[in-house]
Amino acid sequence: MREIWALARKDLRIEARSKVVATQIVPFAMVILVLFGLALDADSRTLRDLAPGLFWVATLFASVLAIQRSVAVETISSSFEALRLSGAPAWKLFAGKALAVAIQLLAIEAVLGLGIVVLYRSSFQDPVLIVTAAVAATIAIASAGSLYGVLAVGMGVRDTILPMLLLPIMMPVLVAATRAFGDGLGTAALNGWTWTGLLGLLAVIYATVGALAYAVVIEDT
Amino acid sequence: MSNERATHGQIWPTQYHIAGLGGVSSAKVTEADVEHAVEVHDAVVLLDRFPALAGLSLQLRAGTVTLVQGPNGAGKTTLLRMLAGLAPLERGSATVLGHDVATEPRLVRASVGLLSPQTMLYDDLTIAENLSFWATLSGHDDVDLMAALERVSMAPFADQRVVTLSTGQRRRAAIAVVAIRRPRLWLLDEPHAGLDQAGRDIVDGLIEDAIEAGATVVVASHELDRVRPLATHVATVAGGIVHAFETVDAGASGA
Amino acid sequence: MSTSLAEPQTATSNSDVTGTSSKLTFALGSASLLGLAVLLVLAFVITDADQRVYDRGVDLEPLLTGQGDAVRLLYVHFPVAMVTYIAFMLNAIGSVAVLWKKSTWWDNTAAAAAEVGVLFCGLTLATGSIWGRPIWNTWWKWGDVRLMTTTILFLIFVGYLAYRRTMTDSRVRAKRSAVVGLIGAINIPIVYKSVDWWQNRTLHQQSTLRDRSIEDLTLFTMIFGMVVFMAIFAWLMVHRFRIGWLEHQAETVGLEAAIIERRAQTSTAISDAVTDSRSSTETGSD
Repeated sequence: MREIWALARKDLRIEARSKVVATQIVPFAMVILVLFGLALDADSRTLRDLAPGLFWVATLFASVLAIQRSVAVETISSSFEALRLSGAPAWKLFAGKALAVAIQLLAIEAVLGLGIVVLYRSSFQDPVLIVTAAVAATIAIASAGSLYGVLAVGMGVRDTILPMLLLPIMMPVLVAATRAFGDGLGTAALNGWTWTGLLGLLAVIYATVGALAYAVVIEDT
Repeated sequence: MSNERATHGQIWPTQYHIAGLGGVSSAKVTEADVEHAVEVHDAVVLLDRFPALAGLSLQLRAGTVTLVQGPNGAGKTTLLRMLAGLAPLERGSATVLGHDVATEPRLVRASVGLLSPQTMLYDDLTIAENLSFWATLSGHDDVDLMAALERVSMAPFADQRVVTLSTGQRRRAAIAVVAIRRPRLWLLDEPHAGLDQAGRDIVDGLIEDAIEAGATVVVASHELDRVRPLATHVATVAGGIVHAFETVDAGASGA
Repeated sequence: MSTSLAEPQTATSNSDVTGTSSKLTFALGSASLLGLAVLLVLAFVITDADQRVYDRGVDLEPLLTGQGDAVRLLYVHFPVAMVTYIAFMLNAIGSVAVLWKKSTWWDNTAAAAAEVGVLFCGLTLATGSIWGRPIWNTWWKWGDVRLMTTTILFLIFVGYLAYRRTMTDSRVRAKRSAVVGLIGAINIPIVYKSVDWWQNRTLHQQSTLRDRSIEDLTLFTMIFGMVVFMAIFAWLMVHRFRIGWLEHQAETVGLEAAIIERRAQTSTAISDAVTDSRSSTETGSD
């Protein structure tokens, strides 16, 4: 367990020093919210109804960047090999990287949450539901993303494949998270907790799949 | 000359001599094979369809220092990476420190120390943070990190971020990272490259430390004048295979 | 490993191979073509349009609830959809086999199945859309469970094919695409369930095979359609598999030559102390 925390702390420390997420990715997520507002040309009532979906689309786009950054930290330092050489089992490498990505994503989502309150007039009717759903969805996204991020390592043609690999399989997460937020923000009359349950299931599935498959995919970095 | 056989429990055979154990060994590990730190037979390693190693065979006894020389592109780096368990074998077999590279790569990696030209240090972290991270990850965080830094004369820079350091300083820090693991097999890929005189002396000192601890050392280098005096054997690699393997007469290979 | 029936012309050099045809593919191909012609005649000419009428009683006009001529498209849409799912299942099985047994044969099959699957998936979406236009009054229906699942499946495997193209090392490519393919496959029930809960309804026709009011000719045409498209699928698979297999063989032949060429790379930079003989078992004299 120490190794997992050491890995996550390493990534977070690097972020604290280089501030890539804070200065590049968080603003990008906010830009998406603004773009939607401009493009949809809607009254505030519509935007408030759409807020759950817009929030999660923005989060998914931002997560692609966050994962690319997480992988780039290793490729810049040529450290994937060193990670393999360290003798730590692959599942721990996976858990550490995914944990760091998840924490960064939660920070991005927190800012986005503020964004939809300000820009789309959302109100948090059920904060517990919102936070639980967000945590579950984030774990799913971070897990699948960390696994696929390694698959997309490489110079040239492989860099741009990550969104096309990750986003289609994230669609159930999008559907479930949007519904859960719909309930939590009071814009839809449905049971957000069942959807949160699905999110929890997806989180478990992708965390497990990631841990199992990481050894296979990290072999040839 | 003693005739001790290395037993399973003995990790650091300090002095030994094998008689009559030549010939081809199979990949199956027997007690006798443990004395060969490295056994490679007809290894083919592909780098994206290009056969970097084209049927290479090599046997190295524990406690020896082998200089691997050869022209650029000969496959020296690939050989070291393969021995570290990083490059998969397309054909052939390789046993490193008693572990089969194909079936037990993780055990191989845990026992070797690879020093490659690219330093595995994170630019935004300090030397000390890097060292602490890598030590924790490889399970050696009980080691005295400052002492390791002292050994490579990098102690004053412990709290400097790697991005502010020169290549030579980074290389020294990388050496400390590898040294902490106390590997039984050292794989050094051009360790002197880009270092100043003081740095080169540190590398030589490192090789001597390793010899003293009874580890096996493989050095791929163009600095023949520096490494030959320390070496017990010289392997010449070209075209992905070993062209020549010889013992250095003035080397320390037993009484 | 290759099946005895589907043995392509093995070659020692590339110039021997003239194509991926064989007696098997000729038979399959002609049978499929013939079958397809018969199917189209059956579907679009001979069978009746769906003129079902719901009788609402004496004073009211009978309500035409049947689909009219649009139902004819189902004779194509339904088998094509079935083949799509078979193809992707084959890919999933192949992916498991690649990860478990490291089999090149299965990697080749998985790749072929994915390509053919994407083709048929596109056809499914297209025929379904055309069918849906007169029925649902729209080209697209968000929230229809099967449409959503098939669309996402399509995107997942387009991504899979795109990803395969980014790798040239065949062993790495096999392993990594197997991971992607498997995760794509396990996603399908998840997507299906999610969308099902989301909308809790489907505009899709319930399974018509179970509807006893279908008369014999309709049933026959439906089953005939499935057979024809399975034959087309098999024909495409055999050809595509052989192409991949020949590519693999070319690589292997190339490897031997490359190894020989590599070993010949001696250089004058080798120091004078080198002897010419290759060393394989020397342990040094002591």
